[in-house]
Amino acid sequence: MKIVIINYGAGNIQSIKFAIQRLGYEAILSNDVDEIKNADKVIFPGVGEASSAMKKLKESGLDSLVPLLKQPVFGICLGMQLMCNSTEEGNTIGLGIFNVDVVRFSNKVKVPQIGWNQITNIKSDLFKDISEGEYIYLVHSFYAPLCKETIAETEYGITYSAALQKNNFYGTQFHPEKSSEVGEQILKNFLEL
Amino acid sequence: MLTKRIIPCLDIKNGRTVKGINFVDLRDAGDPVELAEIYAKNGADELVFLDISATEERRKTLANLVYHVAEKVNIPFTVGGGISSIEDVDILLHNGADKVSINSSAVRNPDLINELSAKFGSQCIVVAIDAKQIDGDWIVHLIGGKVPTELKLFEWAKEVEERGAGEILFTSMDHDGTKDGFANEALAKLSTELNIPIIASGGAGKMQHFTDTFVQGKSDAALAASVFHFKEIEIKDLKEELRRNNIPVRL
Repeated sequence: MKIVIINYGAGNIQSIKFAIQRLGYEAILSNDVDEIKNADKVIFPGVGEASSAMKKLKESGLDSLVPLLKQPVFGICLGMQLMCNSTEEGNTIGLGIFNVDVVRFSNKVKVPQIGWNQITNIKSDLFKDISEGEYIYLVHSFYAPLCKETIAETEYGITYSAALQKNNFYGTQFHPEKSSEVGEQILKNFLEL
Repeated sequence: MLTKRIIPCLDIKNGRTVKGINFVDLRDAGDPVELAEIYAKNGADELVFLDISATEERRKTLANLVYHVAEKVNIPFTVGGGISSIEDVDILLHNGADKVSINSSAVRNPDLINELSAKFGSQCIVVAIDAKQIDGDWIVHLIGGKVPTELKLFEWAKEVEERGAGEILFTSMDHDGTKDGFANEALAKLSTELNIPIIASGGAGKMQHFTDTFVQGKSDAALAASVFHFKEIEIKDLKEELRRNNIPVRL
């Protein structure tokens, strides 16, 4: 199986590569259009600021490639947010895969949210062998509200989308690569889709 | 519900784990990668590695350690100690660190906080503040508490938040090493006045101290070293105790 982690200069992708390695698979880092097109599974990571990440994505022409991919694609954290219509962070237009607009947490809660929270109302193959209320690790200031594509929810002042799915596109706000055994199971589920 | 975090801190010198009792007397507590793996298995929510090496190879040794920790450990970790430039942070994040912690370099050059959070995002920039009370005022100190500054804790913390820090790691030098509990009054004030997470550090001795810092100190996370390194407190027991006290934890 060929697993490609899209490398567009966004943040800590080494951890995703290592997590996949711990599951007994190998992933390559690439920003090459053909390599990504030919992969069996594509991981779309992202840590950092939305508008600069989007800019980097455009520079390598990947903004038009990602929405056309037919194989399973997994956006993580900012990767998931960039797959939405837009995000308030840097007033950024997203890839429009998920039909939802990402907004900032209100100051009624501490921002960023950092730490372990729970996922509920889970529904998707992504959560095979995962129980309701499991703990996952999050670190973020912006969130996708609940929408038609929500496949898991988290509560932090409000209830929002912890994960989204539309056809072959999956996204989690949390970091499966940092969410202990639960996260590893979710990554494994994606790789075995 | 967002849970309260328990964070073992590993002091690192030349790639090995040490723990400073009152930052002076150092004892060897083993291989950092192995220790990190054990902590992750035993329920630690996060880890902090604090590098206190002073050799020329320190940058390379630390990057190498970060790489090996990231390879084995499936929970987030922060790296601090001697970080003073964008390039330092870039190397650590690329080797697999999730967050970096800056302390003296932020005091000497506060713009560094703005530069780092703009480039890497607030979420990975932790500002560590060491302070002790002098004539009733909390004064920020450098070099493990040895050198006082002109800065007052609450004003500096506020500035740090405004400049883009994602989190504050507050160590009370008055409490560190005493095993007599955290500086809960100052912590509660920080937590109330600021809108970013506050990590309590310095003073952990028994399980009740953790309950106290989450309830009275309003802390978002608690960091400790020796009580975990020398198995005086098992993380699993601690979390069960916290849950009995109605504090949300990941178990």
